[in-house]
Parts: sequence; C-alpha cells; structure tokens
Amino acid sequence: MAEIRNYTMNFGPQHPAAHGVLRLVLELDGEVIQKADPHVGLLHRATEKLAESKPYNQSIGYMDRLDYVSMMCNEHAYVMAIEKLLGLEPPLRAQYIRVMFDEVTRILNHLMWLGAHALDIGAMTVFLYCFREREDLMDCYEAVSGTRMHATYYRPGGVYRDLPETMPQYPYSQWRSKKEVDRLNSRRSGGLLDFIADFTKRFPANVDQYETLLTDNRIWKQRTVNIGVVSPERAMQLGFSGPMLRGSGVEWDLRKKQPYDIYDKMDFDIPVGMNGDCYDRYLVRVEELRQSNRIIEQCVAWLKANPGPVMIDDRKVRPPRREEMKGDMESLIHHFKLMTEGYCVPAGEVYAAVEAPKGELGVYLVSDGANKPYRLKVRPPGFAHLASLDEMVRGHMLADVVAVIGTQDIVFGEVDR
Amino acid sequence: MSANLSNTAAVATPTRLEALAGVIAAALPSLKAVENHAGELTYEVPANDLLAVAQTLRDAPDLKFEMCMDVCGIDYLLHGRDEWNTQSATSSGFSRGVARGGQRQGGLPPGRRFAAVYHLLSISLNQRLRMRVFCADDDQPMVDSVSGIWAGANWFEREAFDLFGILFKGHPDLRRLLTDYGFIGHPFRKDFPLSGHVEVRYDPEKGRVVYQPVTIDPRVLVPKVIRHDNRYDPQLTNAPVHTTSIAKSDG
Repeated sequence: MAEIRNYTMNFGPQHPAAHGVLRLVLELDGEVIQKADPHVGLLHRATEKLAESKPYNQSIGYMDRLDYVSMMCNEHAYVMAIEKLLGLEPPLRAQYIRVMFDEVTRILNHLMWLGAHALDIGAMTVFLYCFREREDLMDCYEAVSGTRMHATYYRPGGVYRDLPETMPQYPYSQWRSKKEVDRLNSRRSGGLLDFIADFTKRFPANVDQYETLLTDNRIWKQRTVNIGVVSPERAMQLGFSGPMLRGSGVEWDLRKKQPYDIYDKMDFDIPVGMNGDCYDRYLVRVEELRQSNRIIEQCVAWLKANPGPVMIDDRKVRPPRREEMKGDMESLIHHFKLMTEGYCVPAGEVYAAVEAPKGELGVYLVSDGANKPYRLKVRPPGFAHLASLDEMVRGHMLADVVAVIGTQDIVFGEVDR
Repeated sequence: MSANLSNTAAVATPTRLEALAGVIAAALPSLKAVENHAGELTYEVPANDLLAVAQTLRDAPDLKFEMCMDVCGIDYLLHGRDEWNTQSATSSGFSRGVARGGQRQGGLPPGRRFAAVYHLLSISLNQRLRMRVFCADDDQPMVDSVSGIWAGANWFEREAFDLFGILFKGHPDLRRLLTDYGFIGHPFRKDFPLSGHVEVRYDPEKGRVVYQPVTIDPRVLVPKVIRHDNRYDPQLTNAPVHTTSIAKSDG
C-alpha cells in the first residue's frame, strides 16, 4: 500500500480571491481542508508606531488607510478617542454629518464586499452593478473632502468643513456624448445634500436588483448555505463583531447598544441571521444596505433643516480661520502653535469603539499629556475574523475557502495595520 | 430576517459603572482600580492571579464578560518623558536637535515597563472593562495566556509577542504574526527606532532581495512636549474662567 499523506498547498499572497495580500498555507486531504494557517503582515506599515511620532491631528489620514474601503468610520473611532480624552462635544450638525457619512461609508463597504464576494464565487454581473453605485458615493466623498477615498474629513471637535452647496460637474469631452454628460450632471445640479437625497431614492431599487441576481440564485445558495457555520456561543468566544456576529444570531450592534454621536435619535433596525452560515451573513449585510439608506434619509432631512456650526469653537484645538489669522495677533499665535506643535491631550487612557461596516473598530489611546499619543492601538474587526479562518474552513472543500474569506470581508489594511 | 431591537439602549452611565465596580470589588478583591477620568473602568491585575481573575470575569453571573475584544502590549519606558532638551542641532536633514530618550534614567521601577492590556466586553450585560497586567521581568516579560479562556485572544497575543516581545505562557502557537519571516527584535518597543535597523533592496548582482543596514537617519519633525494645561486639571475645572486672559500654558 502506498503511503497517503496530506498535501500542503500555498495560497496567495498574489491571488485574486485573497482580497489583498493573504498567504494561506493549506493542508489538504484530497480536496478537504485539514488545516489552514494564514500568514498575515505583508501589508504591515506600523501605523500605530508612526502615530506615536506625530501630533494627534497628523494621524487622521493614516486612519483612512487602515480599512481602506470604510475610510471615514476609522477616522470616527480615532477622533472619538481624542474627544473623549479632551472632553469635547462636537456640535450637533457635525454629529449628524458624521453619522450620515458613516452610513455612506457602510454602503460603500458593503457594495465592495458584495461585488467582490459574488465575483469570487462566480457571479460577475453583481460586481459591475455594485461599482456603479459606489461611484456616486465616491463623488460624495470627493465633494466634501476633495478626495475620493482617503478623506481625512473628521476632526476632533467636528468635521473639517460644512457640506458643499454645489456638486462637481462632469465637463464636456470627446470621451462622453453631450447627452450622457447632461444626464450625469442633471443629478449634480443642486448641493451635496440634494445629490445624496436623490441617491437614497434610487438606491432601494438597486438593492432589489442585486437581490434578484443572488438571493434565490441556485448556484449562489449552493455555494453559501451551510458553509462556514459558526454558532453564537463560538462567535462570541472568538471575538466576532459586526455582521459576522449578527449572522450567527446575536443581537449586538454598537449603534443601538452603546450609541455614539446621534445614533440614538435614528430609527433603524438590526438584521440578525439564524444559522450563522455564509448565506445568512449575506442576507444580514444586504439588509444593512437598506437600513443604512434609511439612516441617511433621516440625516439628510435634519441637515437640510438645521444649518449651524460643524466644528467646536475652541482655539486650543481648532486652528483659526485664515482671514482672522492675517489680522489678529492672537490668532496668529494660535495658528503657529497648532501647526508646529499641535495640542496636548491630558494624560489618561481611553477606548473608543464604533460599529464599522466590518464590526467593532476600537481605538485604544494612551496619552501621557504630550502632543503625540503615547500608544495607539487599533482593534480591527477583521483581525479576529481572520484568526478564526482555520476553524471555519476545516472540513470544507478547497473552493469553500474562497467563500469563507469572502464572507469575512477581509481587508488587509486593517488586519495588518 | 429583520428583528426589531428596542431603541432604549443601556448606556454606561455613572451609576452603572459604580454598580459594576461594586460587584468587582466584592468578587475580586485582589484587583486594584486605576483612576480614569474618561468614564471607563480599569483594573490592575497581579500577574499571578490573571487566569483566576479572567475565569471569574467570564463566568460569574453578574460579570459575564464573554468576549475579549482586544489584547495589546504597552512599553512604558518613555512614559511621561518629553523630548524638549536639545543636545546640538543636526547638520543635515530637518530634524531638530532633540535628545532622544532611550536610556532608563531611574524613575521607572523594575517590573513596570511592559504591560498587557485586555479589553473585555459583556454582550449580555452590555458593559466593558479594561485590565492591565504588568510583567515582573523587564528582560523577559511574561504573562499567562488567556487564549484558553477567550479563544479570540489567540492572535492578539501573538501580535503582542511579535511587537513587544511579551511571552504568553501556555499559548498554543506563539509565533510571530505581523513582521517579516526571520525578523529580529520587537519593533513597537520604545527603544526600537522608528526607521528600524535593516532595509531591503533588490541586488542585481546576486539576483535577489538583500537586507542591509538602514541608510536613513531617524529624525524628529515635531518634538514631543508635555504641557500641563490647567483647563484639563480636574481640581481646577470649577475655578472661575477668565475670558480675556491668554492661556499661559500654551507657551
């Protein structure tokens, strides 16, 4: 008899289904996974160490680059931690803007996830549809911050600036017909809030469109039902959060349970799964798309009716306006001190967590009273999820590894930091 | 699919925090509460008691911390030290001539350098807790692994080992996680330079990637300063505010 040994296979780090730079060392018995050992860290940039060498505000941009498909949610956790230590309360309008953009970010993230996950399991069309809507939301990012992805828009004490009154327009060019340009610009004739309001009207029909392609699709169900089942007890034991935890049937959402900013004034529901498999997590996330849309609608209505400041009026944290700086000696001093040294944060430690699209994103900040953080620790949701990959894929077939990686919504910017 | 949750969220109010603090004081008298102004509970746990304390925190019916959200290491080597004293200005680059800390000039007693910090969450009772364990030995910091109590701590402990060199006794698989294969040192320690010790480049003669000592100098763009701002002094928060005075603390 020939000796039969397990076959060890290398997966990644360059693989389209590895969602970035994941290297997996898989031990196979035939086509069945015996053991999966993820090797991470290929995208490790020591963000936390870099933050220790910079004044507080200079690290906001690094937060965008952690989970680079849910940018503003990462910023939110970071500025919330600083605000907690400084004892700041941002103006109400800033809180509404943040919540609105958190939900825009959640839709951005879930669309990226849905498209990529479906593509991994063989449904090409969903990817194209998802990116069509993502493009509109990217335009919102661009209108408000000037960049499509890495916004650096939130600040301790509020947001960088108020929502713009005009949307950027598509110029006439040889690449697009005049009719097409006019169609694109017709939605962009008003301000940002009008554009977002228009989006929220269109979006539910788009979600229906994705669902017609997947929810009752036989192939989709064959690939996701009963794959990667996690019991609620095990999900808590493994430190799951977000849709991964809710897919297993645990009703837990920080927006409801430990609300921050003005989430306690929002009316929305938390979808919960029953079986804890890939299909239930898919249903949870799709329902979250609809619920996020509801929250955005409520924020838009409030923001349209209530103009006001979007940043606290504290000269020790917020730099003065440029015209003030030119004419006022004290403003010049404040500007100089804030730009060269930053502000000092009182000694202490704080943990601020937000419900990021992927789960609980926490920022643990230790200050020794200096103008730089003494220690910054980001608690990424995807890290705990990926750690359980071995457990989730054991006994499944090789092709199911891809489905499980997809359902975990892994982004290496946050796992490796 | 969609289950309605009530909007009446139980938030960590001061009374709830006090109630939890009372429960912990009764159940676990060995824990030392750490003062914290941000409305969060922090406890210092003696290293010997960690496993027993963790077990109680997870299983006691009025504590029920069933989730360990985060484990991270901290190096307190330079805590509370600024970089303001100048030695001599550097002749090249943008860095200011700041005296980098690094030598331990007293102040830090042995056994207070490395700590592991745990963030616990109770889903059933909606409460959070932070506990800190100092490692007795600064040269070979070691604490017990809690991965047997919370399976989710496994990778977080691997990360703390990788970045800080904290050894977790009883960990099933304590390998490096984030750094390169064959990496030497623990990069998040405060005596590890930001620019590292080695850099990689492609060597066309050897036809492969080689390691070499770093060619850039570490530099400081903004010196670390610690200013005691009386606006954040808890004793002075009720003092009358002088609206016209320029805050002296801001230099």
